[in-house]
Amino acid sequence: MLITAFAAFFIVLNTGNIWLGLLAAILTGLVMGLLMSFISVTLKAEQGISGIGLHMFGLGLSSLLFNVLVGTVKTVTGFQPVKIPLLGDIPFIGEILFNHSLLVYGGFLLVPIAWWVLDKTSWGLMIKSVGQNPAAADSLGVNVDKVRYISVCVGAMLAGIAGASLSISLLNLFQDNLTAGMGFIAVALVYFGGWKPLGIMGGALLFSTVNAFQLWMQVLGVNIPSDVAVMLPYLLTIAALAVTVNRARQPAALNKPFERGES
Amino acid sequence: MSIKRLFFAAVLVTLLVAAWIPSPSITVAAETKPLRVAVIMPSATTDMAFSQSMFSALKAVQKEMGGEKAMELKYTENMFKVPDAAAAIRDYASEGFDIVIAHGSQYGASVQEIAPDFPETTFAWGTDVNTFGLDNVYAYTAAAEEGGYINGVMAAMLSKSKKIGVTGPIEVGDAKTYIDGFVQGVESVDKKISVSKTWTGSFSDVALMTEAAKTHIAAGADVLTGSSQSVVGSIGAAKDKGGVLWFGTQADQASLAKEIVVASQVYDWTGMLKDIIAKRAKGKLGGEKYVLQLKNDGLKVAFNPDYKLPDDVKAAAEKAIAGIKDGKIKVEP
Repeated sequence: MLITAFAAFFIVLNTGNIWLGLLAAILTGLVMGLLMSFISVTLKAEQGISGIGLHMFGLGLSSLLFNVLVGTVKTVTGFQPVKIPLLGDIPFIGEILFNHSLLVYGGFLLVPIAWWVLDKTSWGLMIKSVGQNPAAADSLGVNVDKVRYISVCVGAMLAGIAGASLSISLLNLFQDNLTAGMGFIAVALVYFGGWKPLGIMGGALLFSTVNAFQLWMQVLGVNIPSDVAVMLPYLLTIAALAVTVNRARQPAALNKPFERGES
Repeated sequence: MSIKRLFFAAVLVTLLVAAWIPSPSITVAAETKPLRVAVIMPSATTDMAFSQSMFSALKAVQKEMGGEKAMELKYTENMFKVPDAAAAIRDYASEGFDIVIAHGSQYGASVQEIAPDFPETTFAWGTDVNTFGLDNVYAYTAAAEEGGYINGVMAAMLSKSKKIGVTGPIEVGDAKTYIDGFVQGVESVDKKISVSKTWTGSFSDVALMTEAAKTHIAAGADVLTGSSQSVVGSIGAAKDKGGVLWFGTQADQASLAKEIVVASQVYDWTGMLKDIIAKRAKGKLGGEKYVLQLKNDGLKVAFNPDYKLPDDVKAAAEKAIAGIKDGKIKVEP
């Protein structure tokens, strides 16, 4: 996310074209996805460790590129909010749901698309099979490495859009460690949502609602220590994970490299 | 597996090449023996706030002294993790740097532990006033409440909605004293104005700071201020909304949004740095504290020339500056 956020920001800063910026983020995400796939699928490295390594690589590289290529904090004009006619005029609800940048609408649109792909297509079935039992999938002629490569790369391109949504939509700037660990919250939300697109969306909405709630409590002067207020979203995440983690059916082969002939 | 070997060989070659590339640090002429200064900072040298204020001052002092031949300057940035910063402080001292600046109030315990091991090295740290009774430690801080008061006076006069939002990081140090001073400045003009404060619990979470600013704006605030390097997010939110004004601190933040930044309190460490260098040259390695104030020109209020500030507001700000300088106005930290 950090590298793609920088890529999008840098392109928009130099060209003024937000769509080129978004494309740069997607392509940068693809490159990172290929790197992650190469390390975890081809080299069969332990994925948790290589993931942490790639995160630190992204943190350092994005800071380096920012310092060398940009040098100081600058702002850009990114994606602007698009008010949906009629719906956007509904009192209260309209402002909350129908006055956002295209990337936000795209994020919501991805929920049914992801559900349809994963649950209703043969491609989704293949993704699930290599995640649950890659040996069985392999015996049925599924190219496990290819499916994993494509899945990781698609995920990385989506993470690329997430990075761009920060730097050229929500914040319209770049600074060192811009994401501030947001990607890890996203990983937690996948567990929280029980590996289902709809559940993950629900978790994301709940987390951000509590986050907004704690800010509003402070703005309205509710007598609660700020340290406690900022902890609320994270406390909720931990509590929800503690409750849901046992029933969440994570893929059986998660984090396990596949070697033909071993199972 | 050959592909694995090939990959690791490529990584090794890359690392060797990277190690061979000369670092961009300032080179030193061997024959002159310059003053060697190192600084460790919690954020980037370009953060438009705390770290940038010190780095800019060091560069200015270096230039004034005659450039790289007179003063070698090395820096380590983004040291949010104190153990990493402590290692950097010890490394610089071990390498024989004359002055090591630990620019962060979180580095105090590290300086207290390391400084006795290097009695020939001058350490400076802040923001705090504690030298730990050590003869080779200078401590420094900024009376941020003074500039906060000035900004508060102007904010109160410019707010039409009579609602002002404050986005802070953690309720400590100069982030807190700035905001305390700001509130006193607002109240000196109009006690009925509502000043809402939010704390994000982080010096670096730009996204949360942005959301905090948006929440203030949604609640009706038309003037915002805040402290820490993450306020760039708040400034961006105010700029995007339009019609919301911003008051900065630590560094001049006008370049981020020249149409909405009214003024910034600027930390100017140059006088303090020059004094430390001069005292070290005379053999005094530490044991004193510095407080940046308006009256010693360590604090300055930078009015944004691109923002058309009404004359009466500017006059009130200048009167408040004069009042603080001559002691007629007392601002509580």
